[in-house]
Amino acid sequence: MSGAEQIPVVVKEVVPVNDLITRFRFVHREGRRLPSFSGGAHTVVEMDDNGIRRRNPYSLMGDPADTSGYSISVRRDDVGRGGSLYMHRVVRPGMEMVISNPVNLFALDLRARKHLFIAGGIGITPFIAMMAQAHRFGQRFELHYAARSRSLGAYMGELSERYGDRVHLHLDDEGTRLDLERLLARQPLGTHVYICGPKPMLAWVIDTATALGWPSEAIHYEEFLAPPTGQTFEVELAASNKRITVGAHQSLLEAIEAAGVDAPYLCRGGACGQCETDVLACDGRILHNDHWLTDAQKAEGTKIMPCMSRFEGRLLVLDR
Amino acid sequence: MTKTIFEPSILSRPVYGELEPRRGQGHLMVADGEGAEAILDCLARAPEAAAMLARTHIIYCPGPNGTDLSDRLAALGAAQFHRAPSFAAALPRLRRVLGDARMGTQVYLAGTEGLIGQALREVTDAGLPHTAVQTEHRGSTVRRVQCVHCKGITEDVRTDPFQCSHCGLWLFVRDHYSRRIAAFQGVNIDAEDPGQVPTPVVRFQ
Ligand code: FES
Repeated sequence: MSGAEQIPVVVKEVVPVNDLITRFRFVHREGRRLPSFSGGAHTVVEMDDNGIRRRNPYSLMGDPADTSGYSISVRRDDVGRGGSLYMHRVVRPGMEMVISNPVNLFALDLRARKHLFIAGGIGITPFIAMMAQAHRFGQRFELHYAARSRSLGAYMGELSERYGDRVHLHLDDEGTRLDLERLLARQPLGTHVYICGPKPMLAWVIDTATALGWPSEAIHYEEFLAPPTGQTFEVELAASNKRITVGAHQSLLEAIEAAGVDAPYLCRGGACGQCETDVLACDGRILHNDHWLTDAQKAEGTKIMPCMSRFEGRLLVLDR
Repeated sequence: MTKTIFEPSILSRPVYGELEPRRGQGHLMVADGEGAEAILDCLARAPEAAAMLARTHIIYCPGPNGTDLSDRLAALGAAQFHRAPSFAAALPRLRRVLGDARMGTQVYLAGTEGLIGQALREVTDAGLPHTAVQTEHRGSTVRRVQCVHCKGITEDVRTDPFQCSHCGLWLFVRDHYSRRIAAFQGVNIDAEDPGQVPTPVVRFQ
C-alpha cells in the first residue's frame, strides 16, 4: 500500500469557524494516542465521494504536544473538485474515516535564530502548530497574518490573545496591509521566513526576500495545492496493462488508484516527489502543475507527477 | 596567489568556491593573508563596486605565513575596514557585527582554512545556513587540527604526522573535518606499535 501508514479515526468535532472555514477533530477509533508530529506536518484524509476516492492533504493545526487527536481546518471551495465540499457537507461527528500518519514537508528549521511566519487566509493552519512548538521551546517568532477581513481571518482573535504582540494582522478592509519590504529588510541575521498562502503571495514574498539578499535556504514555503480540474483525458498504464479515463474533477493519481493500481504518493500536492512517474510515450501536451520537476525536466516531457498534472492530446503512456 | 585546488577527498572535507559579488543589503567580508586578493578580485568584478563598497565591512588579519595585504584593502575605501593582529583578536568585532546584522547581509570568507572554518562557525552560530556563505581558499594550506584523544587544538599544522601541542601524542592528520569545532581530526598514529612513528612529511604549507 502506498502513502504513509493509515489510521482508523472517528470524527470527534465539526466546528464552523466562519462563513468559509470549518474545523474537524479526529480521534483514534480505539481511543489510542495518535502518532506525534512536528509543526508544519499534514495528514492525508480519505473520502469516499460518491464512488470517487479522494485523498486530500490538510495541515495539522493542533499543538504538537497534544496527541489525543488531530485538528484540521478546511476552507470550502465552491468551484474546486469537491473534496472540501465533501468535508463541509458530508462529514459529521461520529463518522468513521481513515487518515494517514503525519508527514512533514514544511518543518521549522531549527538552525534559525528567529522564525518569521507569513500567512494568507487559510494558510494560517500549519503556523498554528508551528507557533505552539516554537513557543514551547522558547524560540523567537513573529506572525504576519493577512486576510480580506477580520471575519474571514480564522483564529485571529485566539492567536492575538495567546501570543500578544508577536501576532500582526493585516486586513484589506481595514487598510492595514503588510509593508513586506520593510518587514523583510529589518529582520535580524539568522531569521528564517515561512510562507503559506495563495500562489501570488508566495511569489511576492520569495521575490522580495531574494531581491534583498535573503538566501534561499532561509525561505520556506508550502503551497496548499489542490489538483486542478480540467478536461477529461485518457492514459495508458503500460506496466499494469490498463487504459484509464481521468475525469474532469479527478486527478490522474486518483484515477490510477480507482483502477486498482497501487501508485506511490505522499503529499498529493506536487511537492514531495514521491509520485514521479516515467512517461513512455506522449503525443500531446503534459500540463505540469507540480513544483517538483525542474523546468528542464518539464520541457523534456519524460516524467510526470500524477498527483497534480494533467494531459491534453492523443496519447499518453505511463510506466505504471 | 590564486585560489587553491585541493585533491577530491571524503565528503566531510570542506570545499571552497570563488567569491562572487551578490545582491544584498550589506556585505561582510572576513579574510586573512592572501585572502585579501580574493576580496579585491571579487570587488573588481562587482557591477556597481562603489555602491557595494559603501555597504561593505571588511575584517582582516595577516596570514600564518606573514602575508599582510592590509594596505591594499584599506585603500579600497569600504564603509568599514578593520585590521586585527589575529583572528582571535578580530573575534569580538566579528561577533558584534553579526549580532547587529540584518537578513540580506552577504557574507564572504577568504584565506586559510583555519580562518574560513572559524569565521563560518561564528556565522552559522548567528543563524545563517552554511550553504548561504561564500568561501574562497587562498594562501597557506596549514591546518587547524583537533587531537581526538585530548581534544586540544593545534593551529598551523604543517607536517603529517605531527605531535599534539597539548598531550604530545603523534597524530595522523585526517581529511575528516568538524564544522562545529572548525578543525580537522588528528588520530594517534602509533597506538598499536608505540614508538613506530613515520618520519613527518611537510604536507601543508
Ligand atoms: S505525491 Fe508528492 S509530488 Fe505527487
